[in-house]
Order: sequence, then C-alpha cells, then structure tokens
Amino acid sequence: MPDVDWQQRFRKLAQDATHPLLKAYYEAGCVSPDTPVSEVPLVALDFETTGLDPEQHSIVSVGLVPFNLTGIQLGRARHWVVRPKLPLHQTSITIHGITHSDIDNAPDLSEILEEVFGMLNGRIAVVHYRDIERGFLDVALKWRLGEGIRFPVLDTMAIEAHLHPDRRPNFWQQWMGKKPLSIRLADSRKRYGLPHYAAHNALMDAAATAELLQAQIRHHFSPDTPIGDLWL
Amino acid sequence: MQAELIDIRNHMAQYPPFDEMPDDLLERVVESIEVEYFRAGTQILELGDQNTWLYYVRSGAVELFRRSGELYNRVSEGEIFGQFGLLMNRKVRFPAKALEDTLIYRVSGEVFKYLFENDDNFADFVEIEDRSRLRSALSRREKSNDLMTSRVTRLISRATVAAPSTVRLQEAARIMTDHGVSALLLMDEEGDKPLLHGIVTDRDLRTRAVTEALPSETPICDIMSEDLITIKSTAFIFEAMLTMLHNNVHHLPVMEKDEVRGVIALSDIVKYESQSSLYLVSNIYHQQDVKGLKKISRDVRDSFVRMVNEDANSHMIGSAMAGIGRSFTQRLLELGEEKLGPPPIPYCFMALGSMARDEQLVVTDQDNAMILDDSFVPEEHDAYFLALAKFVSDGLAECGYKYCTGDIMATNPKWRQPLKVWKDYFIDWIDNPKAEALLNSNIFFDLDGIHGKTRFAEQLKALVAERASNSQRFLTLLARNALNRTPPLGFFRTFVLEEDGQHRKTFNLKRRGTAPLSDLIRIHALACGSRAQNSFDRLSAIAKTKLIMDEDLNNLRDALEFISIVRIRHQALAIEEGREPDNNVRPQDLSPFERSHLKDAFQIVSNSQKFLRFRYNAGGGRNA
Repeated sequence: MPDVDWQQRFRKLAQDATHPLLKAYYEAGCVSPDTPVSEVPLVALDFETTGLDPEQHSIVSVGLVPFNLTGIQLGRARHWVVRPKLPLHQTSITIHGITHSDIDNAPDLSEILEEVFGMLNGRIAVVHYRDIERGFLDVALKWRLGEGIRFPVLDTMAIEAHLHPDRRPNFWQQWMGKKPLSIRLADSRKRYGLPHYAAHNALMDAAATAELLQAQIRHHFSPDTPIGDLWL
Repeated sequence: MQAELIDIRNHMAQYPPFDEMPDDLLERVVESIEVEYFRAGTQILELGDQNTWLYYVRSGAVELFRRSGELYNRVSEGEIFGQFGLLMNRKVRFPAKALEDTLIYRVSGEVFKYLFENDDNFADFVEIEDRSRLRSALSRREKSNDLMTSRVTRLISRATVAAPSTVRLQEAARIMTDHGVSALLLMDEEGDKPLLHGIVTDRDLRTRAVTEALPSETPICDIMSEDLITIKSTAFIFEAMLTMLHNNVHHLPVMEKDEVRGVIALSDIVKYESQSSLYLVSNIYHQQDVKGLKKISRDVRDSFVRMVNEDANSHMIGSAMAGIGRSFTQRLLELGEEKLGPPPIPYCFMALGSMARDEQLVVTDQDNAMILDDSFVPEEHDAYFLALAKFVSDGLAECGYKYCTGDIMATNPKWRQPLKVWKDYFIDWIDNPKAEALLNSNIFFDLDGIHGKTRFAEQLKALVAERASNSQRFLTLLARNALNRTPPLGFFRTFVLEEDGQHRKTFNLKRRGTAPLSDLIRIHALACGSRAQNSFDRLSAIAKTKLIMDEDLNNLRDALEFISIVRIRHQALAIEEGREPDNNVRPQDLSPFERSHLKDAFQIVSNSQKFLRFRYNAGGGRNA
C-alpha cells in the first residue's frame, strides 16, 4: 500500500485551504502513521449515488457512524437524504428505495456540510470502495465550496482485495467450476460470520462497513497495527 | 434513533425482553448501543471487571462461566448476558468468551437502569434467574455433563498410525502390535497429500482374517472397511459416542477439513467416562450366549439412571438407549447366525419405531422386521429366517425388551418379506392410504437397518422420501390420525387428567406429549422428503425447507426436549425408588418449575397441531 504521511499532508492542506469548513477539517489534524489502529477515532462513511461517475452523477444520501475498534456508536449515527443536482435515474430508485418525493423535500448537500464535517473532523474515514466516497465528496465540494478535498481512508474492500490476491480463478480453475471470490460488502461480511442486513441505506451500509473493519482487524491484523499500514 | 437503523431495532424486537417493549423505549435502547465484533475464542468479559453494559448477541455464540471455571450457560442470537453483574455490584459475575465469531450489541448501563425501573416486563425478565424461559432452563441442564462440553480432540492421545493400503495382512498385524493400537488407518499418497482409504481394526483381524483362515499374504485392502464413518475435530465427545452407538463402530478417525487428526476408540471414551453407556455396549459384544446377555441387561437401567443424574439431554439418553438396544439385537443376530449357520440369502434386520428414531427409553417393546433378498423362495429359505427371528425375539424378551403387542416383529411372516414386497407395502400405504390401516403402519415410517444388508432399508427410506411428499391424501390422513392424541391441557392452562382406570388423576407424558410431537414432526419431515428418522434431525431437515418458521421450529425442539426430559426423570426416579417405571405422571409429583414449563410445552404441542390441521387440510380430526 502507498506510504503517505497524511499528518504532514494535512498541515500543508490546512495552510492552502480557504473555505473555513475545509480549513477547520485539516486543522483538526490527522494522527501520526505509527498510531495503533485501536487508538484512532474512526468514522464509517457511505454515500448512495445516482451512478458510479462523480463527474456525471450525484450523491442522494449520506450515512455516518463514529466508531473505534471496540465500539460502533449507533446513538451518534446520522443519515441524510440530499437533493441530487442531476435527475434521479429510475434504476437508482429501485436500488436505494429513495423516491422523488423524498428528494423534493430534501436539502442540498451544502446545507448539511457543517454537520457532516462536525463528524469527520479528527476522525479517519472508513469506506467500502474508496473511489465512490472520495471521488463524490471531492467533486461535490468543488462545485459548492470552490475547492475539493483530500483525505485518508481505510477501505474495507481494498483490505479484502489485499487478503485475497488470487480471488479470480485462472482459466484452468474456471474450467473446473471455481467461482471468483466476491469482495462486495455483503459477501465479505459473510466470511467473518457477520449477520445479513436486509436494509440497504447509506447508514446501514456505513454501520456494516464499520463492523467489517472490526472483524478484519480481529482476524488479520491486530489492535496494535499502525494506522499507516492500513490507510490509503 | 435514526430511522435507517430499523434493521437493528427489528432484530431486537423479535426477542424477549425486547419483544414486548414499547417502541419509544426500544428506540432508546438502540440509541444507546455500541457494536463490537469478537473473534471466536476471545474473552468478552473477565471476572471482576467493571460491568457497565448489557450484552445482546446479534450473531454468533457466547459461553458464560462460573467462578470455578465451570460452564454456566451458552447464549446465542437474540439472547442477553451481563444483567446479573449490572443488577448486583456492576462487577462481572460470569466471565464471557466468544464461542464463535460474534457480533455484540452493548446496551448502556444507564438505559438498562431506566428500563429496569420503568418496564415491568423487562425487570421481570432480567431479575429472576430461573425465569420462565424453556431454553435457558434446558441449556442449564446440559452443562455439567463432561461428555457434552469436551471436544473429541481431547481423546487423541497419540500420533496416527497408518500404512499404505497395499500392505499385507501379516505386516498390518505387526504394525498394530508394535504400536499397541487396535486400529490401523490405510492411507495412500494421492497428489500432495495422503488420502484416507480405509480402516482395519483388531476386530476385523479376528472376525474376517482369522476365522476365515486367510493367508498372511492377503492384501489388507481385501478386509479393510471402506466408506469410513468419521467425526469432525470440532465435535463433542458425546457426538462421537452417539456416532459409535448408531453405526456400531468402535473406532472413529477424527477429521480436520480433509486431514486426519487422529483416531479415537470406544475404549478411549470408556476410559474418559468409565460410567458411560458405551461400557455396557462394549460388554454386550463380549457375551457368548443369551444367558450372558440377560445377565448384563440388568445394567441397562443403571446406565439410564446414571445418564439422567449426569444431566444428559434427551437426545443423548434416547440415542444411548437405542444404541444399547441395537447392540443387543446385533449381538443376538451374530449368535443366531453362529448357531444356525450363515444366512442362505442376504437379508437386512430392521428396527422400527423409537429404536429407529434413536429415541428409546427403558420401558420399551421390541418392534422389528426383516427385509429379505428378492431371490427369496419361501419353501427353501423361510425356515431359516423364522428360526433366526425367533431366536432374536426370544433373546430380546429375555433381556427386557417385551414382545410387541401389535405383533410387529420379524417372527410375524407378514413382516418377514423380500424387498419387493416391502416396496409394495409402502407404495400401497402411501398411494392408497386408508386411515385405519395407517394407524397400524405408522410405526414403519420410522425405520432403520441395523444388521446385514442395511442398503435394503436405505432403499425403503428413499422410496418413502420420494413418494410421501407427493401424496397429499396420505399426508392428510396421517395428520388426521396424529390429531387424535391431544396434549392434556384444558381451559385456563390446567392439566386435564385421566378420569378413570388404573391411571386416574394422572396424565400420560408419552401418549399426550412426546408421541403427538414425534407424530407431527414425522409428517412435516415426510412432506419435506426428508430421510431423517430422529425427531431432532427431522426438525433440522424441516428447517432447511422453510416449511415452518424458525421460531416455531425452535419452540418444537424445546417442547420435545422438555417433555422428554420430564418423562425421563420420572422414569429414573421410579427406578431409583424400586418402582416399575411408566409414563403416567401426577401433577403434584412435579415441581412448580416443571409444571409451569410443561404447560408451556403442551401449549406448543397444541398450537403445532392446529398448524398441522391447517397445513394438511386435516379438518376431520376429533378436536376439529
């Protein structure tokens, strides 16, 4: 995994940032890379979006749950539906269960940013598939605040990919009927004996991601693993 | 609470004490939760630690221990722990360890206190240790039996002794003698790891090699047993015991994934638990005549009482007693074949009813039958099989297994028939069902081959599994018959007692409890096309089909276990007091605890019968 000193980088980013929300975010700082993961305040983050491309699609809901290795704090969990810039595509309605009337009454992302940053500041974000959360947040902030965002993440999907480098069977194995190993959230959770959650909203997925990270660390790493070994 | 956490709320709302909690309180509970994942084998609570949370098991399983280190309870999905520490001094009273990978929802101590003060149902639930939950009552009973809590790996005392399957008889015998083992595994290199091909035991050497005077150069693969019965390394010792009893094998290779971890022998279990019923079983095979068998049959009841006092569960006791009954039958068949000479054509001796279900107790009839090879010619062969059936049946009667009053025994020519006739019997019962005839043939739908060509019995099981599920009329009539026996529960949950006769003022735990239960479980299992015979195994088979909701299946399992164990204890007490054990219980002989749980259990039987009537459209039952 690339070795980035996010602590250093945050100092620089704090100087360069102009918008107060971003400045405050970087100034809240980032832990040093040799901090044991058990001592790092974390926050699971999940977006539901209208598609996969941050340049073309929009965020429709945001889920956030603060946690650490020994506790996911459901009482502080938050969920927002936000109004997408671009029209809601029919297929994403069926996926998220979010309807046009939900959207019509929803705020724009800019209206909830203060609360979102209130939960992100001083915590390392945990996501399942970083391209979505990182990409979409960066583009959304560029549109609204005039500048984007850089931040470290622990990506539970990248961890699964790292643990299962040979998950795609070769030609011969495929011929023998071997199926590729899935690193999707629900399938990864199954490998750790984590329960199946029926609901798919940004908040349940964020909580599910937090549980998955706890399980991954208990099985494959240790509470003493430096955060610098895990973040991307 | 964020509405999107509905999954979490809904899960808790399924389980007591949260199931009856008002919505606003339950949401408060969810808001106070912290979630934590524990890997199997890790400590969740240490003795003496601060205990400031209530623990709810979302998935996985947790073991709680007493101060002494003894297992106190096992909790799984939807159950709570930590309440005693919270109520007492906020110190951990029962240390907890994750038995499986476990996800815990921790509810804050403040919310616990609030619930305790404001929700009577919650307070009642957490306060009373012997609270009215069948499951916890049962799980506590299972604890003190060592055989049930120790893994088979504990019995592996030596490295595996193995040889290639190409070795000769003499060489195999020498290896076994040199290593002082009673079994030799035959393993061949296949690819990069050795593959288990078979096993040869000292009993095989005696019975197959020596008695048939095989030359010492005979390849061992000629006499080894293939299609090995093995056990997983994670199994408990009692499971190994049941496997041995059921299959009449005295050695079990212990497997971890595909690899052999070792071999355990019947003698290892006997050494570990010298009082175990396996000791009796090994003794049965040492008897040389009916007189000897009769003599040791007196130990059967002692063995039964001992298991009850050791808090074995009903599955374990039922299987052990059935295993002992099987062993008597098998030994009698061996002795019979020695006396009459080898059978002229292949045959299978079949157990029926409770023995086939592995649910035998001490008061029991013999129910058995013979399936003969289709080459059967009555004039030529039947004299032999009649003599053998009579030898076994008389021998069993000597050993305390009463003759079947309904004449369902291999001595009855009707139940001593070739396989094709048996197939016709079953096809007729299933395809042209008649209520009256089915009442009498019910017992044949619990069957198990116990000697000879057991494959014949398997063919009958397969036939039943395939046909029964397709014959709606057959299932309807079976259900109607099953509804004739109702649990002894009246209005306002009073016991309904017999009004007259010898058993006045009692109720019959078999006729009114376990029998209706095993009847209805059999019908669902047949509808599912299951080949399982044991009621608990049948419940597991039903669970896979979703025919019945999991919650109802768990209730059925608990009700069967509870009624059975009360019945078992009632019989053990009679034996200890020198009375003849029976199934008739007077309510005043039960503890308040047993009375209350029996009513719960009977209520479950009654509800399940309603579902049976509805499911199989069997409205014509007596209590319709």
